[in-house]
Amino acid sequence: MNASSSRVDARSGAHLPSGLGMRQKQVLWAWSFLAVPVLFYAVVRFYPTLEAFWIATTNWNLLTKPSFIGLANFKRLMADPVFWQVFRNTALYLLLGTPISLLLAFTIAYHLDRVRFLHGLIRALYFLPFLTTAAAMAWVWRWFYQPVPIGLFNNLLAGLGIAQQPFLRSTTQSLPAVLAPAIWAGLGFQVVIFMAGLRAIPTTYYEAARIDGVSNGTILRRITLPLLKPTIVFLVVFSSIGFLRIFDQVYNMTSQTSSDPGGPLNATKPLVLMIYQTAFSSFDMGYAAAQTVVLFLVLLVVSLLQLRLLKDR
Amino acid sequence: MSAVASPLALRIEPGRIIAWLLLFGGGLLMVTPLAFMFATSLKDSSEIYDLAFFPAHPTLANYVTVLSDGRFLRWFANSFGIAVAVTLSNVFFDSLVGYTLAKFQFRGRYLVFIAILSTLMIPTEMLVIPWYVMAKNFGWLDSYWGIMFPGMMTAFGTFLMKQFFETVPNDFLEAARIDGLNEFAIFWRIAMPLVTPALSALAIFTFLSNWTAFIWPLIVTTSKELYTLPVGLTSFAVESQVQWELIMTGAALATLPTLTVFLLLQRYIVRGVVLAGLKG
Repeated sequence: MNASSSRVDARSGAHLPSGLGMRQKQVLWAWSFLAVPVLFYAVVRFYPTLEAFWIATTNWNLLTKPSFIGLANFKRLMADPVFWQVFRNTALYLLLGTPISLLLAFTIAYHLDRVRFLHGLIRALYFLPFLTTAAAMAWVWRWFYQPVPIGLFNNLLAGLGIAQQPFLRSTTQSLPAVLAPAIWAGLGFQVVIFMAGLRAIPTTYYEAARIDGVSNGTILRRITLPLLKPTIVFLVVFSSIGFLRIFDQVYNMTSQTSSDPGGPLNATKPLVLMIYQTAFSSFDMGYAAAQTVVLFLVLLVVSLLQLRLLKDR
Repeated sequence: MSAVASPLALRIEPGRIIAWLLLFGGGLLMVTPLAFMFATSLKDSSEIYDLAFFPAHPTLANYVTVLSDGRFLRWFANSFGIAVAVTLSNVFFDSLVGYTLAKFQFRGRYLVFIAILSTLMIPTEMLVIPWYVMAKNFGWLDSYWGIMFPGMMTAFGTFLMKQFFETVPNDFLEAARIDGLNEFAIFWRIAMPLVTPALSALAIFTFLSNWTAFIWPLIVTTSKELYTLPVGLTSFAVESQVQWELIMTGAALATLPTLTVFLLLQRYIVRGVVLAGLKG
């Protein structure tokens, strides 16, 4: 990118006789193009970021004035058993969701890449769920998980002679039951990105390896995976962030008219849902902001760690 | 094409057939939830318990019920209007900033670029509380503008467009400059048409993410007339817990537009996702 910008320099340099004014005009144009966006980023991105850190150090219910209480919100968070349950859930979404979805997506992409018969149709079948609305699909899946008269999964199990499963009503099964549609919806995107990555590998590498009589497994380990590393790094970071920020599915699959979403007994509640409830059901703004700071730090640590681990090797 | 060129590909291996069958079966499994959603939306309420996939007496009665209550049409229009407006804003401003950062020399250029890029690290969830406070102070709560204002520009879009504008040859811009076009006209009439693949990628991504956006519209709206489709569907589904055929009809209505657009523009959408995904 530096090559092209220095060319502008050389060019405008060539015009210098009538030039200095021209140069200044360019600067003026540039800042007039940037005026509204700079204002936008200052007001809607930077100021709110700083404000979030500030609110995290206050006790504030929106009605009275915020009062500064230092790190008390964070101390309260560390002593809150619900937070640790939520932290554990969020970690589970990440640690189950990312590897499962990436392994599935890679396996599908790897084989789909070689398929020519109905290639476009099969790719479309995998990609379609990515275009759906998570809130709407959560209700479809929720319907599948219902008990026998209506639930599809329990009917299938009954057909196989297996006992009914509680799914969303169970403290142990509900988290995987909520995770499944999240994996399902994101899979198509990962498959498409993996296939683009596979296509970008020059075929000459494969031809050379074949001529040398290298086995398929070795080609996969020694050529495909190493050359695919930029794609893998991108997808690992991208999907981890997605699973750490999971909300739509959980909110819609576990919301009840009477009780709070995130149940049963907080078994499915992720950090973002806890933030939402603390801020917009309890209006405990300072405490909620402290939770958002924790989310920010977790996201930062996880993505930096992954970039490190995956880039160095 | 390449299949003909390589005689190896013509040989049918059993392993390949099994792999194909598994892939195809997996693909069918992937669309099963969608198929059931559409099938159920065509069923009479008495049929929902028999679980046959195909409705015995397909009927559009559920759609009539859901649409005639008026709210769904309103939510649909809200979602569509908001997604279009935010997409237009992003296409214009993200391109303008991306172009300026790629093609102008001025002091502070790098600082602006890094500052915008750094906002990518801030999760939306951290901003929703300050945004809510801001919207409250400015009287934007429960308004269309309140739903739209946080997404009018994105760092992701700016970065994507900057990458693409860098591939536009400066000679084109110089030629236009010599012809006496002003800088905005050069951006709008010369540079923009040269990056249409990137523009469509950005437009597709922005539209999709705003059509499906959930948490911020849920937070900022309180009156049902202003709900977007996902938020409206949630409130509707909570109300009519037991009427799954109506919930499936609502879900189908939320999904139908994106699926239709996909079937029409499949190639562009997949290419757009790849462009945006790999550049972003």
